[in-house]
Amino acid sequence: MSYIAKPKVHHPSLKPNAIGLTRRDYEGALTTLCAGCGHDSITAAIIQAFWELDVEPHKVAKLSGIGCSSKTPAYFLREAHGFNSVHGRMPSIATGAGAANSELMMIGVSGDGDSLSIGFGQLCHAIRRNVNLLYVLENNGVYGLTKGQFSASADPGSISKKGETNSMAAIDGVLLALSLGATFVARSFSGDKAQLVPILKAGLKHQGFAFIDVISPCVTFNDHEGSTKAYAYTREHQIEVVQADYVPFRTEITTEYEAGAVQRVPMHDGSIVAFRKVTEDYDPTDRDNAYSHIRERQAAGEVATGLLYIDPNSKDMVEQNEVIAGPLYSQPFEKLCPGSEALEKLQLRFR
Amino acid sequence: MSSRVNEFAFKIATANGTGSGSANGLIMQSIFRMGIPVTGKNLFPSNIQGLPTWYEIRVNKNGYTARTPVFDLVLALNAATYAKDVAEVRSGGWLLYDSTWPLDEKLIRPDVTYIGVPLADMCNTAFKGIRERILMKNIAYSGALAALIGIDPEIIRALTQEKYSKKPALMDSNQKAVALGFDYIKANFDCPLPIHLEPMDATKDSILIDGNTAASLGCVYAGATVGAWYPITPSTSMMEGFKGFCTRFRRDAETGKNRYAILQAEDELSAIGMVIGASWAGARAFTPTSGPGISLMNEFLGLAYYAEVPAVVFDVQRTGPSTGMPTRTQQGDIMLCAYASHGDTKHICLYPADPREAFEFAVNAFDLAERYQTPVFVLTDLDIGMNDWMIPKLTWDDSYTPDRGKVLSAEELEAAKSFYRYLDVDGDGIPQRSLPGVHPKGAYFTRGSGHNKFGGYTEDSDEYQEVLDRIGRKVQGAATAVPAPFIIRNPGAKVGIVTVGGCHAACVEAIDRLAQEGTPADYMRVRGFPFSDEVVEFLNEHVTNFVVEQNRDGQMRSLLLLETGVAGTKLKSVLFYSGFPMSAQYVIDGVMAKMLVTV
Repeated sequence: MSYIAKPKVHHPSLKPNAIGLTRRDYEGALTTLCAGCGHDSITAAIIQAFWELDVEPHKVAKLSGIGCSSKTPAYFLREAHGFNSVHGRMPSIATGAGAANSELMMIGVSGDGDSLSIGFGQLCHAIRRNVNLLYVLENNGVYGLTKGQFSASADPGSISKKGETNSMAAIDGVLLALSLGATFVARSFSGDKAQLVPILKAGLKHQGFAFIDVISPCVTFNDHEGSTKAYAYTREHQIEVVQADYVPFRTEITTEYEAGAVQRVPMHDGSIVAFRKVTEDYDPTDRDNAYSHIRERQAAGEVATGLLYIDPNSKDMVEQNEVIAGPLYSQPFEKLCPGSEALEKLQLRFR
Repeated sequence: MSSRVNEFAFKIATANGTGSGSANGLIMQSIFRMGIPVTGKNLFPSNIQGLPTWYEIRVNKNGYTARTPVFDLVLALNAATYAKDVAEVRSGGWLLYDSTWPLDEKLIRPDVTYIGVPLADMCNTAFKGIRERILMKNIAYSGALAALIGIDPEIIRALTQEKYSKKPALMDSNQKAVALGFDYIKANFDCPLPIHLEPMDATKDSILIDGNTAASLGCVYAGATVGAWYPITPSTSMMEGFKGFCTRFRRDAETGKNRYAILQAEDELSAIGMVIGASWAGARAFTPTSGPGISLMNEFLGLAYYAEVPAVVFDVQRTGPSTGMPTRTQQGDIMLCAYASHGDTKHICLYPADPREAFEFAVNAFDLAERYQTPVFVLTDLDIGMNDWMIPKLTWDDSYTPDRGKVLSAEELEAAKSFYRYLDVDGDGIPQRSLPGVHPKGAYFTRGSGHNKFGGYTEDSDEYQEVLDRIGRKVQGAATAVPAPFIIRNPGAKVGIVTVGGCHAACVEAIDRLAQEGTPADYMRVRGFPFSDEVVEFLNEHVTNFVVEQNRDGQMRSLLLLETGVAGTKLKSVLFYSGFPMSAQYVIDGVMAKMLVTV
């Protein structure tokens, strides 16, 4: 049961971050997912990312829809408000919450059924609006809670646990996001924490909609031979085309990378994402280049991963709508209500 | 015939998209400025251009504002509807037609007086360009009408000056067109007609406003900061109104930034999701919609009910089922809103009768939604929402402060020993609430899945029922907080007339006339749901209550039966669901017919 809180045991050896919190402080309730579920690894990466970013947990809002993935916000950041909404509709909740309080740091966790089928429209429109939200799509190609039906991200030719072959084309969240004008697009793998954590950090700091498709194998219904979302298949076919490192504002950039191979993209708050290109000529700020590269890799049977695209000039929904800074509820009422005198004057128009 | 002053009705038949709307508005506003009570009903098609449209104006010195189906004068300016339009002139009445063409034989009736005005001819001579000729033909009939019924031409001139002060060319054309019609009538006919206007002093404390504009103004005054919507007739102008008022009142002078956010959603599912998200994050948020939108919002409304998130929904009702007639009025969503969504739900509903109440109830809706942490519906309809109504001026009490409900501040959370989101701390069924981003102790997990009073997930029967029962008590508790029923008790009355919303205008007129005809009736207009004891008492006072409403199935009657325990034999329906606003005559006929059966 997800309300069983993890015991808050503080090991003195646990390293505190800049605001004095340890990784334990970023945890939540005990997971109720299957042992070995990819989603739990992603939860661990999310905890790590928040801890490394020195975020105050209560400044975060964690949102989800319905499904296995959507249960996970209960498993991290116990001191943050969570909202487990209805199936496929988390983006609209995030849109409203983000409009009401632009200071919230929002993370949304969704799955392939939640995002690419029932919530497809909401995902598309949240991307269009560039809602300031880190959107993690935990992608396993199946419906787990209803026991193993194919989802819209299942690849053609992929075989289900019951032996059926999927014949329909897959909806690829990354290509979708790129074509809809998403300002931050990444793909990663639940089994690759080293790659995932910096992407999550950059995504949280991105001013706008940060889309991360994380392949997250379902150990119970989609981890068998013939499935293209299995651990073994993903390990074998994953190709990291670009490595990203998130460098906070005012931090010295360490020179782990060879000079010339690093591309630095500044973020809204002055922090930097440093890209090391694993593939030559890959430019993560060139949308068309990213799109065609991913397609080429797909044609070759490979899954391109990394922080694949970023728009350094992203303007999020609140900026586009020129909404005043800070939570709208904190606006003094006299600034919101024009009062009786104005009403009297206004009504001359209706005479 | 003898003259009838300030008590008649006329109807203007034109084609949609020709600009007749501004001419009709001009006529109505002129009469209003003469101090005479006036009502206008725009009967328009779901179309951008070409289909027939009618505008009905009723002038009534006693201030009755309901629609009347009896017309003393018809302006038949759309050949496509001649046959229908001429049939609507009362015997002995008048018909104005465009005499550029010979009188169409469809229009000929022996008991009607014809007034031919060569509108097209005059305008073709006076104006250049097809568009201007078409537009000015409308203004020209306003001029003709002014002469026929005695609208003060100075008032028309002043109105066009105000309206086109920044477009002098248009002002000149308009004034020229008015003069064309006006002078032609003066030169060729005896005028004014026996039905005509004489200045009064009965409108100086009133305004002419539509309900959507008034409701959007209510949202601004209530301090709503987030509006999410998907365009749907007849609610669309509400968000346009909100935007207009916000542009005027909600822009920070220093930064130019907005103290509001308007989100045009991809559909109504998303619109209500945004409202719930924004309310959850502490903003006063609302969405205007109509029946089809409510149908789509059902799942989310259940979440807001069960997870206890405020949400304000304006349902500007139109005819159903399905797409129905999108530009016609009805009260077909009474049941839908009262119990929207699957599972056991019940929602607070407010039923304004006119734009003034639309303004006031908009403010109430936000207070109730936040106090009770639940969705609140404001049900108007197309007639209230889109037609201009003469109402007493809106007033505002500057001492008003929004009721934000039991939202705990950072300091309160810090000082609290513990915080559990769904715990009934005060015994009134209303738990305490916290907003995201405020304090670590306020954190909780909002969910539509089973939860216990501590906010934890549960599949335990007792824990689940405990929360569900408390929510039931909480919403029922709002019965004393919704606007009280509007009640008139008449001496000698044996029956009650019960109604809701925009039927009010027809019912109050009917009650007066019934009393004059020796059948006094008591009157109750329900203004809120859940029903208060006062509603039940009124029903119990009368052997028979006639429930007057605008739908086929008697939805308000059903709701009263379900919720009050009053015997079914006590409630008899009088139903009108053609899509047009109701008239007093219809109420009288309906009541009298059932009365004979009853007695």
